[in-house]
Amino acid sequence: MSETLRFHFDVDGDNFTSAGQASVQVKKILRELGVSPEIIRKVSIAMYEGEINMVIHAGGGEADVVVSEEYVEIILTDHGPGIANIAQAMQEGFSTAPDNVRSLGFGAGMGLPNMKRYTNTMEIESEVGKGTTITMRVNLEET
Amino acid sequence: MNRYEHSVCLDVSKCNGCTTCIKHCPTEAIRIRDKHAVINADRCIDCGQCIRVCPNQAKKANYKKLEAMDGYKWKIALPAPSLYGQFEDLDDVDYVLQGLLDIGFDDVFEVSAAAELLSAYTRRFIRREGVKRPIISSACPAVVRLIALRFPSLYDNIMPMLPPMEIAADLARERAKKQHPELSDQDIGVCFISPCPAKVSYVAQGFGSRKSSVDCVVSMQDVYFALINVMHKNKTPTPVSHSGMIGISWATSGGESSAVFNESYLAADGIRNVIDVLDEIETGKLPQLEFIELNACEGGCVGGVLAVENPYIARTRLQTLRRYLPVSQNFLGDDPDNRIPDELLFTDKPVCRPITRLADSMVESMRRMSEINRLCAELPGLDCGSCGAPTCRALAEDVVKGEAAPEDCVIRLCEQLKSECAELRRRRIGPPRKENAE
Repeated sequence: MSETLRFHFDVDGDNFTSAGQASVQVKKILRELGVSPEIIRKVSIAMYEGEINMVIHAGGGEADVVVSEEYVEIILTDHGPGIANIAQAMQEGFSTAPDNVRSLGFGAGMGLPNMKRYTNTMEIESEVGKGTTITMRVNLEET
Repeated sequence: MNRYEHSVCLDVSKCNGCTTCIKHCPTEAIRIRDKHAVINADRCIDCGQCIRVCPNQAKKANYKKLEAMDGYKWKIALPAPSLYGQFEDLDDVDYVLQGLLDIGFDDVFEVSAAAELLSAYTRRFIRREGVKRPIISSACPAVVRLIALRFPSLYDNIMPMLPPMEIAADLARERAKKQHPELSDQDIGVCFISPCPAKVSYVAQGFGSRKSSVDCVVSMQDVYFALINVMHKNKTPTPVSHSGMIGISWATSGGESSAVFNESYLAADGIRNVIDVLDEIETGKLPQLEFIELNACEGGCVGGVLAVENPYIARTRLQTLRRYLPVSQNFLGDDPDNRIPDELLFTDKPVCRPITRLADSMVESMRRMSEINRLCAELPGLDCGSCGAPTCRALAEDVVKGEAAPEDCVIRLCEQLKSECAELRRRRIGPPRKENAE
């Protein structure tokens, strides 16, 4: 097994204006590693959407990013309300976001669908009342 | 790779290694070594930020003095439109142009006139199909180099059109040869009056394989002081100005893009803002835009380090100056094919090695990054700059590249010394006393 790099980020749930900072950091890291811009774009959009979700729905959480020669893995963990019906949540346009974030342009129900679209694999583990863990992988083979 | 000829340079005798410049350099191109600054030519984009912030005036721009034009039989001045914003109570551009003739130039060709032509061609370029969008302006040489070094994936978005200065130089030369067929190419000297050092580097460097048509770049400051001695209100100048609102607006941020006549544009100024915008474009988070105007200097070209006046005051003066001017005085006819003459396009862009990657291969980059992260965790994270690198992370990178040592960290060295002192004291004061007692 080849060497991997691990990065850990705390996603602050109290500060909406700083949401999306971790994906900016990851973008910087991937650029330094020489990952192609298309892959960087996929990773940063998927991670950005996930981060925003954690802030809007779960009061923040943690993001762990693993970089290997073959893939970038993003693990988002929160201790929020959980997702009751994952299939429904995955539908484009379905959203439970409150009105105050909709006025900022969020809550269009595209977060999870975009995360799936821009990653090669995505797994959601969620328990109502306990929290949600989402694991996404973007393969680097195109580089 | 060819060595890039820079205009921004250092007067070692004035530099005391104060670390101000390393903190402000947007590409982290400067380090302090042996008590003075050293500029890494591969990273410098000639933005002039270090010239602006140096408290000892040790950073300067290399440019020619006006006397450098003495050798030419026919001297042509190319004033950048930002020049017009430097003068108090100016109500007519012709006073400046007359002044340039009075200080010894034989002809004047306004860069703002060429800018109006370029705006017209830009409108054609935007109408073309199959052009990579957003189209990024090529007018600011510091931005073009920044993109080459830090945003290589956006390199093809740069509009492949020559900047107004270059077009003005070609047109001025052509006009001189037409009016004075007896002049040879060597007799004609074209002199650009520049608000910034990046233009000096551009002229020295050319663009790809194209050599610049400008012979000499002088500083706006030098020309300003020569001009205020000869510009007199009571003498009516010869009316030669041939540019309108559009051309003059090129001097300030937003001027170039408003002349595109397309609402889908963005104009950003100031090197940090420019970097933020390029970051957003690269990640694809910005909505689809047609045109992006980026100026390395705050306020646009009026904010150049070689300008005299505060950029915002200059901007206000330009607003007054252009008030009763026609929208444009340089036109192109309608062309359904949106043609652009070949001589206005550059065919090849300079090859640059991007500076964002840690190493050529992913494996090596990963190895270096893990080493950098390990070192970073040991460094104090104060980003004090005392080691000569702008941040602790930059020091860690330098160490991994073999260009610095962890001991360069002053804080770390202090702690090491402290613990060694304590150890020494323990040895000297501790056990020996017992021996003495015996």
